[in-house]
Amino acid sequence: MSADTPTSTTATPVGARGSGEAPALLVRRASLLGGAATDLLLEGGRVARAAPGGSLEAPAGARVVEAEGLVALPGLVDLHTHLREPGREDAETVLTGSRAAALGGFTAVHAMANTDPVADTAGVVEQVWRLGREVGLVDVRPVGAVTVGLAGERLAELGAMASSAARVRVFSDDGRCVADPVLMRRALEHVRSVDGVVAQHAQDPRLTEGAQMHEGVVSSVLGLRGWPAVAEEAVIARDVLLADHVGSRLHVCHVSTAGSVEIVRWAKARGVDVTAEVTPHHLLLTDELVRGYDPVYKVNPPLRTRADVEALREAVADGTVDVVATDHAPHPMEDKDCEWAAAAMGMTGLETALSVVQEALVETGLLGWADVARVLSSSPARIGRVADHGRPLAEGEPAHLVLVDPSARRPVEPERHATQGRNSPFRGLELPGRVVATVLRGRPVVLDGALVGDGAA
Amino acid sequence: MRHLLSAADLDREGALALLDVAEEMAATQAREIKKLPTLRGRTVVNLFFEDSTRTRISFEAAAKRLSADVITFSAKGSSVSKGESLKDTALTLQAMGADAVVLRHSASGAAHRLAHAGWSGVGVLNAGDGTHEHPTQALLDAFTLRRRLREHSGAGPGGALDGVRVAVVGDVLHSRVARSNVLLLRTLGADVVLVAPPTLLPVGVDAWPCRTSWDLDAVLPEVDAVMVLRVQRERMGGGGFFPSAQEYTRRFGLDGRRLRLLPEHALVMHPGPMNRGLEISAEAADSPRSTIVEQVSNGVAVRMATLYLLLAGEDAA
Repeated sequence: MSADTPTSTTATPVGARGSGEAPALLVRRASLLGGAATDLLLEGGRVARAAPGGSLEAPAGARVVEAEGLVALPGLVDLHTHLREPGREDAETVLTGSRAAALGGFTAVHAMANTDPVADTAGVVEQVWRLGREVGLVDVRPVGAVTVGLAGERLAELGAMASSAARVRVFSDDGRCVADPVLMRRALEHVRSVDGVVAQHAQDPRLTEGAQMHEGVVSSVLGLRGWPAVAEEAVIARDVLLADHVGSRLHVCHVSTAGSVEIVRWAKARGVDVTAEVTPHHLLLTDELVRGYDPVYKVNPPLRTRADVEALREAVADGTVDVVATDHAPHPMEDKDCEWAAAAMGMTGLETALSVVQEALVETGLLGWADVARVLSSSPARIGRVADHGRPLAEGEPAHLVLVDPSARRPVEPERHATQGRNSPFRGLELPGRVVATVLRGRPVVLDGALVGDGAA
Repeated sequence: MRHLLSAADLDREGALALLDVAEEMAATQAREIKKLPTLRGRTVVNLFFEDSTRTRISFEAAAKRLSADVITFSAKGSSVSKGESLKDTALTLQAMGADAVVLRHSASGAAHRLAHAGWSGVGVLNAGDGTHEHPTQALLDAFTLRRRLREHSGAGPGGALDGVRVAVVGDVLHSRVARSNVLLLRTLGADVVLVAPPTLLPVGVDAWPCRTSWDLDAVLPEVDAVMVLRVQRERMGGGGFFPSAQEYTRRFGLDGRRLRLLPEHALVMHPGPMNRGLEISAEAADSPRSTIVEQVSNGVAVRMATLYLLLAGEDAA
């Protein structure tokens, strides 16, 4: 059996959601975190047995996935996804975003609050959570807004969102910065009582009025208004000091500069309870790409320089940056097919994240697969307080896993993506790795690199 | 020449060839009958998303004197926020059979998008895009420099600008004229020094092929030409880039005293429209060394040459 064609050996149709328990699933000879070949028997939504490769027999009626040559990781957890629903169903829906997530190897995603209406009440977060449950391809964890309407003026009802059915633990005005230092302080204080975290979009609004791209050599030549690194770094510096002062948990979204890394490193050394994420695109792409004025490269925070990319990679390797989060931001074609200044900011990322991580961090020798599991699964699950995700693939643990073929290489073709967005900045790049299977609660939602059953409908 | 989007699109040979064609065009403009049949039957669309009477009229005159059909489309008010209108306008123009589009737009890179986004196959001439570039302005400036300094040095026609020293003074940060001039003048061998307050020089300017200075008085005695950029009053005072217009004039305005710091042969240039009394005094603007009016007429010749090379193709050059 070749590595890239795992086959199911029973004819039992398996729906993506279905009711009741999934039939048992035997994953045979998967390389656990890139290590020894291991058989994993998944039953009742849990890992029932984990044993040396080839040692387990499939119980009657069990589906078997031959996974020789495939790396098994715990299901990926995205701390930063824009599912756009409600309000911008022309860009993405919970259904299409869930499909993209599952195909990318994710079993849980955090849906950002900048929807329309904004996810700033228990009602909206419960709606998003419920939509996610109905789709059933990944666990959708709504993020609650920090301030009402993301307006940065008064706090949203964080407690109500935390105690809602959606059990919100991550609060963010992402897309906008909680710029007011008093409001930020209050938000940090409030989230302590619900074991939550404020995920800050660090961008000083005054320093970035009308900003179009990273401020540096390329912006000077292109005549595009610059977005100075200091606009990000100054807010992070303020926030880590605030978090330290009030003893709260702070998460920094999408750090993009070498200076941000230094500040986070300093804060961690000082004992501040801060975590940080980096996006796949900031690990691979630079502002040089803007020279053609193609808005597919327009993103917030902007693509930075090669030196920043190198610093970010090192920061993931040494643990200063805790997680890789996609900031998946689909946009309809017309919002990108225009002149630069008129275009929307954002890039898709769910279906390419693992490949980019492999390209930027694994193939460069900076991370092993166990580290990949840390930055794409266990750390984001811990930060988001997603209790049953990001767990080790061990007996008794929840059966969320992804099987990836690290030897595959393929060009990125956004037209073939499940997300509605075609705005992938990786278009045409040949990237390593292919998600072969994604398993949520013991039920395969992706097999042979395609959605299973009615998930694909 | 398929498009002209940036002064960087021209190598030395190409720039010199264009300037030579412009000389020929200028010669025809001295005749009583100024019109040439060269572009008869071709359609040039002037697409102006931003008000600029001077540039629009200059391009119109250039196209008409080459006998092209000219359609002028002033879409002022079509804001950048309705970005798709650029694409739709491009499709419309393509459908109407435009052979070339002269584009003026407030968004940097708009001409680049029009040329390369796959919306249409029409040749694009950048007539100013945001704070990016304005290549024909740089060409007409180089044309003017070449003519006037040749008179000074007594050299023959043609030739580049090797060793010519040019100061560009003013709001470099927001100036498409400065960006195009730095590139083209460097291509032609000139040494450029940008003179501006630190707030009006972009971060990243250190990588440009030129020098920078904050001291106009120190620069003026060493240059063959000083190019004064337009400074918008809105950027002074409340605009935050400079404390006040008066302070700007004191430190960076080209007045009578500074005029006398220049070498005797040095030229005073300005792309227009001028803010007399702000970046340039009447004495400087109207002095015999001023080329400001000449730049306007040279603009027509240079734009004729550009349209000719764009539409009549390589073989015509």
